Amino acid sequence: MTVPQKNSSSKIWNDPVFRGRVFQGVVLTAIIAFFAFIVSNTLHNLEVRGISTGFGFLNQEAGFGIIQSLIDYNETNTYGRTFVVGILNTLLVSLVGIVLATLLGFLMGIARLSNNWLISKLAAIYIETFRNIPLLLQIFFWYFAVLGVMPHPRESMSWGELVFLNVRGLYIPSPEFSDGITFVYASIFVTLIGIWILKRWAHKQQDDTGKQFPVFYTAIAALIIIPGITYLISGTTTTWDVPALRGFNFKGGITILPEFTALLLALTIYTAAFIAEIVRAGIQSVPKGQLEASRALGLKNGQMLRLVVIPQAMRVIIPPLTSQYLNLVKNSSLATAIGYPDLVAIFAGTTLNQSGQAIEIIFMVMAVYLTISLVISLIMNIYNKRMALVER
Amino acid sequence: MRKILSTAIVSTSLLVAATAQAGTLADVKSKGFMNCGVSTGLPGFSNTDEKGEWKGVDVDTCKAVAAAVFGDASKVKYVPLTAKERFTALQSGEIDLLSRNTTWTLTRDTGLGLNFAGVNYYDGQGFMVSKKIGVKSALELDGATVCVQAGTTTELNLADYFRANKMSYKPITFDTSDQTAGAFDNGRCDVLTSDQSQLYALRIKLKNPADAEVLPEVISKEPLGPVVRQGDDEWFNIAKWSLNAMITAEELGVTQANVDDMTKSTNPNIQRLLGVTGEMGGKLKVGNDWAYKIIKQVGNYGESFERNVGTGSPLKIQRGINALWNKGGFLYSPPIR
Ligand SMILES: N[C@@H](CCC(=O)N[C@@H](CS)C(=O)NCC(=O)O)C(=O)O
Repeated sequence: MTVPQKNSSSKIWNDPVFRGRVFQGVVLTAIIAFFAFIVSNTLHNLEVRGISTGFGFLNQEAGFGIIQSLIDYNETNTYGRTFVVGILNTLLVSLVGIVLATLLGFLMGIARLSNNWLISKLAAIYIETFRNIPLLLQIFFWYFAVLGVMPHPRESMSWGELVFLNVRGLYIPSPEFSDGITFVYASIFVTLIGIWILKRWAHKQQDDTGKQFPVFYTAIAALIIIPGITYLISGTTTTWDVPALRGFNFKGGITILPEFTALLLALTIYTAAFIAEIVRAGIQSVPKGQLEASRALGLKNGQMLRLVVIPQAMRVIIPPLTSQYLNLVKNSSLATAIGYPDLVAIFAGTTLNQSGQAIEIIFMVMAVYLTISLVISLIMNIYNKRMALVER
Repeated sequence: MRKILSTAIVSTSLLVAATAQAGTLADVKSKGFMNCGVSTGLPGFSNTDEKGEWKGVDVDTCKAVAAAVFGDASKVKYVPLTAKERFTALQSGEIDLLSRNTTWTLTRDTGLGLNFAGVNYYDGQGFMVSKKIGVKSALELDGATVCVQAGTTTELNLADYFRANKMSYKPITFDTSDQTAGAFDNGRCDVLTSDQSQLYALRIKLKNPADAEVLPEVISKEPLGPVVRQGDDEWFNIAKWSLNAMITAEELGVTQANVDDMTKSTNPNIQRLLGVTGEMGGKLKVGNDWAYKIIKQVGNYGESFERNVGTGSPLKIQRGINALWNKGGFLYSPPIR
């Protein structure tokens, strides 16, 4: 900052830049002081009221069970671990939800613009229905009306004695591989790198010579054949852990809880309806001239959509799409209404109640949602920048 | 700038004022009613009847305190709370008394800034199963799916019990007893676990109560009682002695029906209880006829028990350990003198 000193008549406090800085400094100090006061005041009051404070509770034994955990967990683990279990369960339903909602949303958005009257109307009905029913009701609908009326374990529906469906969930066989599987995983990784290189080469090839190379089909073929051959050569064997009714419940295989399914279905279908509208708006924002130009170039319908329309539409789509993703993550906290063990149900629910450390726990939970939201925004912003750069 | 500063000063002073602890008694008196935290609906303990009025042994505890403070048992506003919400509601001052089948434990008594004002029901945790599965003992429950309510001692005892007996289980955790019972009803779980009295209460809510059976095992001690905020001894005393007055009244044979005649009794204990002699009410900072009002409007402990959970109710629970100390139970009030 340079303060114009030469002119003796202009006092430093008459300098707008200087004054601005001083005011900002004062405001900032006041804000910091204000929050410092709130924190110390709260701590003092908690102590006066005999409510325990601090983060020491995270090392105490939790003492309660959790039905679904992506990491090893039992009741002798700590409250700190219930925090991680909760985060992972929230991330699981959110990420799967985001992927499915995006697929369904794009499909419906494009269908909405279809020239086929029936398809377009069906998409419109889907969008208008699911966008306008409160999410909680939809969760209850899937949980109670659809999954809640499934048969008891002993009368389970079964497909080839491999897959079972009952009121307690969907049971599917899970593969168990011998050690050779590491080679297969490695080969998948190597293939992916190869595909990436191939894609860059094909792009350059097209730029240089105008010749196109079918990267997509080659990639699919490579992803099937290379790991497949590795599997055979490495002599990997697979045994299937098939679920079977033992005692009260099915054991073995993978269990997909009805609480998870109901929440996932509701989040996906609800959010996809909004995404469909965003996609429709995005596509419609692409100027007609672009379509006419691409037709004049002789592009087929699919090519036109893939190469001309979607890339341009993406720039309009991504910002509102990001907020839909954030909504989905935050809405996943409705899990507690049907007993899916997400972060809010476990940590801000049971752990909070058993330990009594409301302020610390709510603070941690807010921090987690904030972090997840910021990370999603960050990723989407990076993606947005890349889409924007394509502009010529 | 000045605006920001003054706003900051005003709001901070507000904060200080709001957090300074007011005496609950004065506070409740100036409001003209008291907020009492109850369950979201548990027959016999706290539940609304056809007319929408709250009934139950826990509700009677709320009423007793209101009768002592205002001389009017109806001066209560009931706040239905899930197990998860109850302690924060009390800590934050949303309610003045928590009377919601809450188990007295060391952790709750020390870490939450709360005080338990006695025990109005001695309970223990049990299991309820569908008769169809043919289980006769809780020890046969290995691998079962268990419905349980979040934020309860039940959740913890369940984990302890299965671990101690080297059995596995799958907990499905809900927020309210309606959800828990509903999930049990449609077969989502094999077992419903809760305090035993509450199992009987929930059973009458099932589609087909006769199909469900309560297993014999009682796996924990659940002394349930009213709770107040820590650090307000005046209010703590009123809650504690309102309950004691109901127990003492039963012991002395003072009932809702005979309380007026009893004011003429020559028994010095009864005279003190009903405020005919002594200054018991004054010591509690309530009217001297506090106990008279409680008994007249709510009844003694035994009457409340029979009416809500005992023979006069659909639950038909025996007095058992909830009988008076001289009748083979645990109920014992320190002397009112
Ligand atoms: N006594 C235990 C359990 C209390 C409890 O919440 N029990 C359930 C039984 S399922 C209940 O009363 N629910 C009534 C409601 O949800 O409002 C405790 O204090 O933690």
